[in-house]
Amino acid sequence: MPIDHYISPTSLDEAIAHLCQQGAVSLAGGTDLLVGIRLGNRSAKSVVDLKKIPELTTVQWENGKVSIGAAVSSDSCIQDARLASAFPGFAEALGLIGSAQIQGRCSAGGNVCNASPAADSVPALIANGAVCNIKGPSGERSIRLENFLIGPNRNALKHGELLVSLMLTVPMPNTADAYLRLTPRTEMDIAVAGVGVSLSLDCYGKCIAARVAIGAVAPTALSVPEAADALVETYLTSEDLRAAVDAVRNAASPISDKRASAEYRTHIVGVLLERAIQRAHERIISVGAS
Amino acid sequence: MSKAASKIAVQCIINGETREFLCSPGQVLAEVLRDELGLIGTKIGCGTGDCGACSVLLNDKLVCSCLVLAAEVGGQAIETVEGVAEGLTLHPIQRALLEHGGFQCGICTPGVVIAAKALLERKPDPTEEEARYWLAGNLCRCTGYDKIIRAVLAAAREMRGGPPT
Repeated sequence: MPIDHYISPTSLDEAIAHLCQQGAVSLAGGTDLLVGIRLGNRSAKSVVDLKKIPELTTVQWENGKVSIGAAVSSDSCIQDARLASAFPGFAEALGLIGSAQIQGRCSAGGNVCNASPAADSVPALIANGAVCNIKGPSGERSIRLENFLIGPNRNALKHGELLVSLMLTVPMPNTADAYLRLTPRTEMDIAVAGVGVSLSLDCYGKCIAARVAIGAVAPTALSVPEAADALVETYLTSEDLRAAVDAVRNAASPISDKRASAEYRTHIVGVLLERAIQRAHERIISVGAS
Repeated sequence: MSKAASKIAVQCIINGETREFLCSPGQVLAEVLRDELGLIGTKIGCGTGDCGACSVLLNDKLVCSCLVLAAEVGGQAIETVEGVAEGLTLHPIQRALLEHGGFQCGICTPGVVIAAKALLERKPDPTEEEARYWLAGNLCRCTGYDKIIRAVLAAAREMRGGPPT
């Protein structure tokens, strides 16, 4: 495919210097970029391989936070027992991307930067309060994931910047996340609706914190605070869920395309929210019971 | 007019042997395996990571070699279908595919062998559903998948100490 230069820097600053050049693009797993170049949707004079840079290829736990390097493969995240048990919904989301082969290379960081409205890693990450750690020629900055996504396939990176890591806060006890999506085919398909939730319960089973995010039903994935607020201070009965389900349906503004109509997507996102809440709820209870 | 991209020298380990090749920046591993190294067992079905015919193991991870730039594999270990049998002794998954008729034209088969081998190394006792989901990235236009899955489950049984496939 038409690539003039392949560069593999070993430090962040070296990578940034290369990315400031015209026509330079970042390469993590390559499962979106290389397809795009082959199909002519993306062009790259030089490809800057990020996989020799430690901050991008490691998972670091420190001070109650975990930073997932932007080039860590989905499969490595899924196989990381500590990460998968703290964020089972995030791990299950990564396990839905593409195929086993794709997961062997694709990264959550790349999934985020590619910024498909239907990206599977994103709703679970938003539900976990993910923050994007960015570095560029002007230095470092951090922004919440829902603000990093600015439109279909558009992210907030400026020229020369790269996403270094996704940072999550280690959840308090009695917390679990979940991600569910609906795809027209059973696998190897793109979500027509997706929901990520994170719930925290007190020792009586009352929801004391929640975050809800929806994907594939708007130009970007969205955090839906109204849905989360409707769950807090409830015991998550089906009656309690109704307001949250209405909130995600109101927040959705999907398109109709070859995969699904807007009406169907709007209906389904509400169904998925109920099921995702049930799944997260069951996860908390089963951990508590064991 | 841009000048021609210069070649990159790469050394890596393929099926346990050190191999060296020259590649251009835009060549993918699948192309180099076939065109530079004579390892034509790996097939190119789609070139976009959808069909899995180009599956190889890269550092023990199942990947599509059409989505790995050849330049990326310096110092890394690759296993292709040519490395699955030990000399003339077939791997259980290969024998099972023969016994159960798990291929027709054979174009998807190298990818299936590699993917199934990776599955059974990670999960020696997969359910049928788990095997089907793991192999979702390996498309077959001939068999309808049923005999492939039977072969995978039979190979799994044998590798766990059960009867030969």
